[in-house]
Amino acid sequence: MSAQPRRRRLEVEDIGDVTVVNFTDKKILDEQNIQVIGEQLFSLVDDLGRRKILLNFSNVEYLSSAALGKFITLNKKVNASGGRLILCNIDPQIYEVFEITKLNKLFNIQKEEQAALQAF
Amino acid sequence: MPDLLVGSDRPPKTQSPTDGAQQLVIPSDPAEAGRVQDHIERLLVSHRYEERERFSIKLAMEEALVNAIKHGNQLDRKKKVIVQYRISHERFDVQIIDEGKGFNPDDLPDPMAPENLERACGRGLLLIRHYMSEVNYLPPGNRLSMSLIRGYKTRNGNH
Repeated sequence: MSAQPRRRRLEVEDIGDVTVVNFTDKKILDEQNIQVIGEQLFSLVDDLGRRKILLNFSNVEYLSSAALGKFITLNKKVNASGGRLILCNIDPQIYEVFEITKLNKLFNIQKEEQAALQAF
Repeated sequence: MPDLLVGSDRPPKTQSPTDGAQQLVIPSDPAEAGRVQDHIERLLVSHRYEERERFSIKLAMEEALVNAIKHGNQLDRKKKVIVQYRISHERFDVQIIDEGKGFNPDDLPDPMAPENLERACGRGLLLIRHYMSEVNYLPPGNRLSMSLIRGYKTRNGNH
């Protein structure tokens, strides 16, 4: 069957008042995965009221434009709630995807997690 | 050639059209795209494509398959997506054909325009054009032809 179990796609950890999110998938490509990742990310803001969110991409090797769409929506949600979204540890190959789409200008992107935490 | 989609309960049909290309036919289900990707990935590895080249092809294929399945065939499982590919040590050529009405890529809004930067979709074709050496939509726009030519220098760098 193509249906996959709804396992956790995110590892969420609180560091101070910042919610740090790591992705369990190396490839954020598959449509179903992206849907679930989106739901779990949006829930952090909509249901749990998190305002400072850091997405750590250290585990991510691939992502598609559909995944970018989820991050854009998350960014809008966080901004609308008066919070802040920061991205960090993006592999150069993945960073190129942000550059091509000019989304490196939309998102606050930091090299390392420590620098990102200080940027909030 | 035996079908390489090991472990699949419903492997895509593999045929050999006359021009030496291989053909996969899948229903319009995003999960099927993953199987095509795994199949192509194995072939690229066996042809010693480098990581950068595999990344480019994988990303372009993903965007193209999602476009065909979602926008072309509107996620209708009864409609098929045909993937015709040819792989050599010099180049990778693929055509992805859906059963949709087609579209004019020039009609798409520019995803890099400041007013469109926050739109959640519309970046797939931009990525395909960046990562592949040649990209053409064949009339009426439901057949995408794209190629990665190894060692081909583009404005975006060397594949």
